[in-house]
Amino acid sequence: MDWATIQTVVWTLVKILALVVPLMLGVAYLTYAERKVIGWMQVRIGPNRVGPLGLVQPIADGLKLLMKEIIIPAGANRGLFILGPILAIAPALAAWAVIPFTDTLVLANIDAGLLYVLAITSMGVYGVIIAGWASNSKYAFLGAMRSAAQMVSYEIAMGFALVGVLMAAQSLNLVDIVKGQAGGFWHWYFIPLFPLFLVYLIAGVAETNRAPFDVAEGESEIVAGFHVEYSGMAFAVFFLAEYANMILVSALTTLMFLGGWLSPLPFLPDGILWWLLKTGFVLFLFLWFRATFPRYRYDQIMRLGWKVFIPITIVWIVVVGAMMQTPYGHLFH
Amino acid sequence: MYTTAIFYFFSAILVFAALRVITVRNPVHAALHLVLAFFTAAGLWMLLEAEFLAIVLVLVYVGAVMVLFLFVVMMLDINLDRLREGFWKYMPVAVLVSVLLMIEMALILGGRYFGLEVMGTPSPQPADYSNTRALGRLLYTDYVYAFELAAVILLVAIVAAIALALRRRKDSKFIDPAEQVKVKRDDRLRIVKMAAEKAPGAGIQDSAEKGA
Repeated sequence: MDWATIQTVVWTLVKILALVVPLMLGVAYLTYAERKVIGWMQVRIGPNRVGPLGLVQPIADGLKLLMKEIIIPAGANRGLFILGPILAIAPALAAWAVIPFTDTLVLANIDAGLLYVLAITSMGVYGVIIAGWASNSKYAFLGAMRSAAQMVSYEIAMGFALVGVLMAAQSLNLVDIVKGQAGGFWHWYFIPLFPLFLVYLIAGVAETNRAPFDVAEGESEIVAGFHVEYSGMAFAVFFLAEYANMILVSALTTLMFLGGWLSPLPFLPDGILWWLLKTGFVLFLFLWFRATFPRYRYDQIMRLGWKVFIPITIVWIVVVGAMMQTPYGHLFH
Repeated sequence: MYTTAIFYFFSAILVFAALRVITVRNPVHAALHLVLAFFTAAGLWMLLEAEFLAIVLVLVYVGAVMVLFLFVVMMLDINLDRLREGFWKYMPVAVLVSVLLMIEMALILGGRYFGLEVMGTPSPQPADYSNTRALGRLLYTDYVYAFELAAVILLVAIVAAIALALRRRKDSKFIDPAEQVKVKRDDRLRIVKMAAEKAPGAGIQDSAEKGA
């Protein structure tokens, strides 16, 4: 190990910290935003007691969860019970390694970035399944089964939506995908790939187990689903993973369909501000969905995934492929 | 030297995980060790600069196949005592099969086809070399017939699996979402106008008694 290697390792660790700390803060304040937004939509005030406008509320919540005892049920499988939350949060954080914020601000600008994100996020389901099984409880197990089937189903539709993006961008590199959308909002991929954009957005909601697809938790049917036996920080880690995944899906939607850090009009400067604005908008959609729609019935979720989304994506991939061979091909690039 | 260290680290984990798959008692633990083995194997492929294969291994085997596998294993109620029954009875057959497998592997891997002189270390590719593109080009040009043939065989397998498992029950009720969407209020609900009915004095008296 020479000095240069050590320097690179330390510098990378610093960069990881610089990525994870704002992400965790983002997660904390996303929970605040969620409670406020849904509060306003339901003509309530939302959290307003801790600090000015309730702004310290997420910190208070975090502190409270840190202080609580982590109870491991007597019948639980101890090792796996602890492994569950770890396996839930690790992929949610690891996927951020390849997410670019601007064309230079990216931790690892790797060539197969899109594939990497898809592969890493597909690991997230293990946290849920293991937690559900190791809890040794009916409700937790039912939640785990539901979420396993749901996440595997929607991953296929999600993957096919990404195939459309990589056909349009002709690259798997996330920086190149954004660069392919340069030149004003009418060049962004959500226009030529509109059906795939919708499928990706909805499948993203289902992948993160958010309302109206939150049957894995389904508090009115199976109490709280896979994390019913978890308390304190172990529960909080599941919570962090869910919100980190939400931000991740929003960021990916922004990068692949909404032009990432590019400005909507060519004469305005590009920058990370646009990235934040667009991601924030998609996150707002997530909250809006939750406040608006009642929970889907389980068989309807499965039908939507397999019989509606997958055919739509396959048809649109064929359309994109065929159009690229015509004189109008430039519209799909 | 750095890569060598990583290689041995990954290999050690891989061998350990693979051994645990067959030695561990609990089938769920065995499946999870198999997941670990796949993931570590993907790491080794990454060291060989086969990033596409590595990521696809994680995506397909870890992300989908093993999830469904675990799904099934978790729902089984396996009696361990009955599983160990007849261990010694089947031992000779098992040993025979393993010895055969080992001979076969030794014949292939014994240096004649896969030795260092034949295969050599792959030369490192430049940074802009895309493994994915190269693989795609090969699959859809040189090996297009074999590739399409494999695809058709898989399709036939899917159709066959569905045809074998499909049982239409006559007594089960089907839901047609198109019909459901088209439903109007009047199909489900009938509003009847009628004069309010009064039970002779009962309601009022009851509540008065409870209050007292």
